[in-house]
Amino acid sequence: MSFFAKSNDSGIVLTSRIRFARNIDGMPFPQALSDSASRKVIDDVYSALLKSSINEVKNLKLFNLKDMDKLNMMAMAERHVISRDLIENFQRAAVILDDDEKISIMLNEEDHIRLQVMYKGLMLKEAFEDANRIDDAIEENITYAFDAKFGYLTSCPTNVGTGMRASVMLHLPALTYTKNINNILNTVSQVGMTIRGLYGEGSNALGNIYQVSNQVTLGLSEEEIINSLIAVTKKIVDQEEKARELMAQKRSIALEDDVYRSLGLLKFARTLDTNECLNLISKVRLGVEMGIIKEVDIKKLNELITLIQPATLQLVDKRELESKDRDVVRAKIVRESLK
Amino acid sequence: MLCQKCNQKEANVHITKIINGVKTELHLCDECARESNEANISIPVTFGIPMSFQNILEGFMEMMGGIPQQLVEEISCPTCHMTFENFKQTGRFGCGNCYSAFNDNILPLMKRIHGNIQHTGKVPKRSGGILKVKRDIEKLKNELKMAVANEEYEKAARLRDEIKRLEERLNNKQDKE
Repeated sequence: MSFFAKSNDSGIVLTSRIRFARNIDGMPFPQALSDSASRKVIDDVYSALLKSSINEVKNLKLFNLKDMDKLNMMAMAERHVISRDLIENFQRAAVILDDDEKISIMLNEEDHIRLQVMYKGLMLKEAFEDANRIDDAIEENITYAFDAKFGYLTSCPTNVGTGMRASVMLHLPALTYTKNINNILNTVSQVGMTIRGLYGEGSNALGNIYQVSNQVTLGLSEEEIINSLIAVTKKIVDQEEKARELMAQKRSIALEDDVYRSLGLLKFARTLDTNECLNLISKVRLGVEMGIIKEVDIKKLNELITLIQPATLQLVDKRELESKDRDVVRAKIVRESLK
Repeated sequence: MLCQKCNQKEANVHITKIINGVKTELHLCDECARESNEANISIPVTFGIPMSFQNILEGFMEMMGGIPQQLVEEISCPTCHMTFENFKQTGRFGCGNCYSAFNDNILPLMKRIHGNIQHTGKVPKRSGGILKVKRDIEKLKNELKMAVANEEYEKAARLRDEIKRLEERLNNKQDKE
């Protein structure tokens, strides 16, 4: 328990996510699916959920992507509620969400069903329990494609078996600045985990935010996968805390200067691109968490990570903007938030 | 040595290329090197470079060997008609039945990706129920063989009845689905 409290407090683990990939038995996978069959997937899963007895049902709503505007879709992807692959297939895709977007059930992405549960902090077990319950609820009325040997059958062979991807989003500034991050990246990949940037496959570690997830889905049970991810996360958090202690011991004026300069830029800059902004937020966050900066609320910084994303800020500003104009609006949003 | 391009400044960038065993050397000055693509050796350092799945998959497939290429190409899924060749190119299955259609050919790939080929996680209640009955029947059939071989006829009769009962249950279950 102490570990959970500790890591939640230090803010190193931003979110925990569990995702199940499921397909309906006897139907081609989404890529080969006709419009009417795609429609049937959406209708069948939604009605299966409505018929089920789980508590969450009353809060679930269905959104067809073709009825949504592009900006709204992109903003949802920036909040990690839907994936970019789902947007690619927007004409046939849908998503079922609860009010606070903790539960997201993507339909006709790469697989018929991509069920996701997301929590703040290190809450993998809790997220898994929710996902498991919702999975059972869908299965009350739908037969999944399943094989005794290969487990849950998925479109891509890298997801087969449990169909489960468990992931944590980590903020690792001290490991990055002390140049220990590459060590961590190598070690993590050696124990069957993948580590990536903020927006998944192929994205860079913007703002020192990394995503760690399980690589293997076949041959291990869900509990085994989650337990090893928790163990790995715990180790990384440990290392990040050690790196911070090391930085604190030196208590150099350079560090203090760096985090306060970053705060100064965020408070007064007139243009900020996403990359610069995320890196500055990361430094200020580190400053706050290390007790150097006292006058900034960490919650505001967390909100800003999403608010300054391109599509989200255009939604806030209620208009579409060119990249340069976005940088101006971004700086304004940040200034006002930190006033 | 003077730059081979501008012939004016001192050459301080030296490039040696060996392509198909043929060695070529190039000596350039700073400025010409920067303009030249030849000297473009700055590889962007990012992690998680999305090496395309197809590349990796094809790599695995090539390493497998053993199966005559022509035969592999002819394999296709009876349900969605996806060919094995097609799967190799896209890295995606067409439907759940592709797994059993390609079974022998995808085992080495599965082993490579996951290090395992046997699911040990959650079993869905619905299709899992049928599965469990099937597994039980298999087990009893083996026991029956043993019993007959050991001339334990009383036990064999009991096992035979049990198998019959389970098979009836299985048929009922499948009819309901």
